[in-house]
Amino acid sequence: MRRLTSLQTFLVLITGLQFFTFYPLLATPYLSGPRWGAFLMLPLIIYCLAFSLRRKRKKPIPALEWAALAYLIAFVPITLSSLNGFGSEAPPTNYWTTVIACIATAWLLNELLSSSNYRNAWVARLAFYAAPLIFGLSVLYLWEVLTRGLHIPFVLLPPPSMIWTRLIHSLPTLWADFQQTFLKAVITGYALGCGLGFLVAIAIDRSPFLQKGLLPLGNFVSALPVIGVAPIMVMWFGFDWQSKVAVVVIMTFFPMLVNTVSGLAATSSMEKDLMRTYAATWFQTLVKLRLPAAWPFIFNALKINSTLALIGAIVAEFFGTPIVGMGFRISTEVGRMNVDMVWAEIAVAAVAGSAFYGIVALIERAVTFWHPSVRNARTV
Amino acid sequence: MTITPASVVSARDLGLTFETNDGPVNALTGVNLDVNKGDFVSFIGPSGCGKTTFLRVIADLEKPTSGAITVNGTTPEDARKNRSYGYVFQAAALYPWRTIEKNIALPLEIMGYSAADQKARIDRTLDLVNLTGFGKKFPWQLSGGMQQRASIARALAFDADLLLMDEPFGALDEIVRDHLNEQLLKLWDRTNKTICFVTHSIPEAVYLSTKIVVMSPRPGRVTDIIESTLPKERPLDIRESPEFLEIASRVREGLRAGHSYDE
Ligand SMILES: Nc1ncnc2c1ncn2[C@@H]1O[C@H](COP(=O)(O)OP(=O)(O)OP(=O)(O)O)[C@@H](O)[C@H]1O
Ligand SMILES: [Mg+2]
Repeated sequence: MRRLTSLQTFLVLITGLQFFTFYPLLATPYLSGPRWGAFLMLPLIIYCLAFSLRRKRKKPIPALEWAALAYLIAFVPITLSSLNGFGSEAPPTNYWTTVIACIATAWLLNELLSSSNYRNAWVARLAFYAAPLIFGLSVLYLWEVLTRGLHIPFVLLPPPSMIWTRLIHSLPTLWADFQQTFLKAVITGYALGCGLGFLVAIAIDRSPFLQKGLLPLGNFVSALPVIGVAPIMVMWFGFDWQSKVAVVVIMTFFPMLVNTVSGLAATSSMEKDLMRTYAATWFQTLVKLRLPAAWPFIFNALKINSTLALIGAIVAEFFGTPIVGMGFRISTEVGRMNVDMVWAEIAVAAVAGSAFYGIVALIERAVTFWHPSVRNARTV
Repeated sequence: MTITPASVVSARDLGLTFETNDGPVNALTGVNLDVNKGDFVSFIGPSGCGKTTFLRVIADLEKPTSGAITVNGTTPEDARKNRSYGYVFQAAALYPWRTIEKNIALPLEIMGYSAADQKARIDRTLDLVNLTGFGKKFPWQLSGGMQQRASIARALAFDADLLLMDEPFGALDEIVRDHLNEQLLKLWDRTNKTICFVTHSIPEAVYLSTKIVVMSPRPGRVTDIIESTLPKERPLDIRESPEFLEIASRVREGLRAGHSYDE
């Protein structure tokens, strides 16, 4: 029999308790949606539970995981579609116990997935990627159920379903904004800022004076609020995306400079002595030793900058822009109380930002595969 | 100061003092030594007696604070710029982003050897240190002893007449050590290289060397220089011969004398 941790046992118990409170609910007119799923799933859940409790199995199949998944497939759609039926009334208590049980089951599933060592490589990989997905979906589920079940005003927090509908219906606008802000301002500014930071770091490599002088200046500029810089850049470079590029360059330049400078200094004295014994030139030492050793630092800056660039470009648009752009849209739609559009824009920004960060992180893994932090993380 | 033309390393009254935060540290004082072309010189002495420091002075990684030293008849700096020595550090110092092959290729790339020549040299030196088949591995995938052997291969890959080796076999087991000792002697015999070799093992020093330099600490200095009378042809079992044992006991006495001075 599989040994469960006390947390896992607790979660199983919560879900078990829900059974007693839920089945009376099925008979009420409150529920709509595929309620028969709950009955169809019941035997499967019981079978899986019984299976997972059997002793002395040589190769335990993930029966408890299947039971949890079956439970979620049965009850999550019911709880979601029932939300329409409540109208302006508050849902009954046993509705909320079912919601709690769904969250507990999702949590249990994640606990199981992340604590077991699956023998099959594919199952292990699936579990590795499923865990964050389940977590994200649980957050969305809770968000939807709470905002609609508790009748939270849409202006305060619209439910995800509403944001999604808005997103689907405004794709052309969102795409135009995305092009303006992300593809033009963010990408250009990021490439320019990071590229310049890198080149300047190498240019001042042989001048300790410049390094000592520029680094405090870098800290100073990093502390400058975007809010202050953005309007000035708009005055200098005009309303269009060029002024946003300037803001992004200012924000990304110094993190890159500082990290590259410390990365270039990160080689051990023995590694440098080795190059000295070969009478290697400064350039050879740079290319064959100091740059490879600096990659982890440089990628650190690239990752920090990927988020900074997006923030910078969006905030800069609050201070003057043509009638397109993510920051422009957010500021005008907030004024019109169209919060669903604001959230749709935020969703686009979040997805674009995460994807950007993720791509940089993937490249980092490929380039700095030798670094202990990457080597040790390679368990899957 | 007279320097014979065959002298590869010649130190006269050499001294080196490190200025540290806790005051000056006398790492070397009054070192007089001549290493001739084709010599195999071992440096032996207690930890901290300046063996590494002396090798680093020869390699121009450290500047002496007094006295004079020439390497290949020139200053250590010119010798370094002429790429006239290969250095094996006390630790392997392989670059983790390069495979073993690529690590060995590093000096070859810097010195501009052709790709075909690089390949041939990598294969030859990997074979020499018994690492054939490990060329595509990364340093962190190998044991400490294998890494150390790879670093020896790297120093042997290019044609330097002088080899400076700082405890190269310290991390190896007895059998591999014997094998590499033999290989090193063969290589030395075949190529007529000059080798400066730091070790803590008396048998190793006696087995390999034509000249054994006994050093003692605080301040680091040379207490005895023993010329070996062993023939150039040295099978492993020469280590049981009376001649060998006699030299070994002389080295041991020299070491003891250095230690008692300390107490
Ligand atoms: N960079 C340095 N700064 C200050 N002191 C140093 C430095 N390098 C070496 N020393 C000192 O010089 C002395 C000789 O050191 P060295 O490394 O040459 O010893 P060693 O004979 O090689 O010892 P071991 O057998 O342990 O390797 C030691 O007392 C050491 O503390
Ligand atoms: Mg040493």
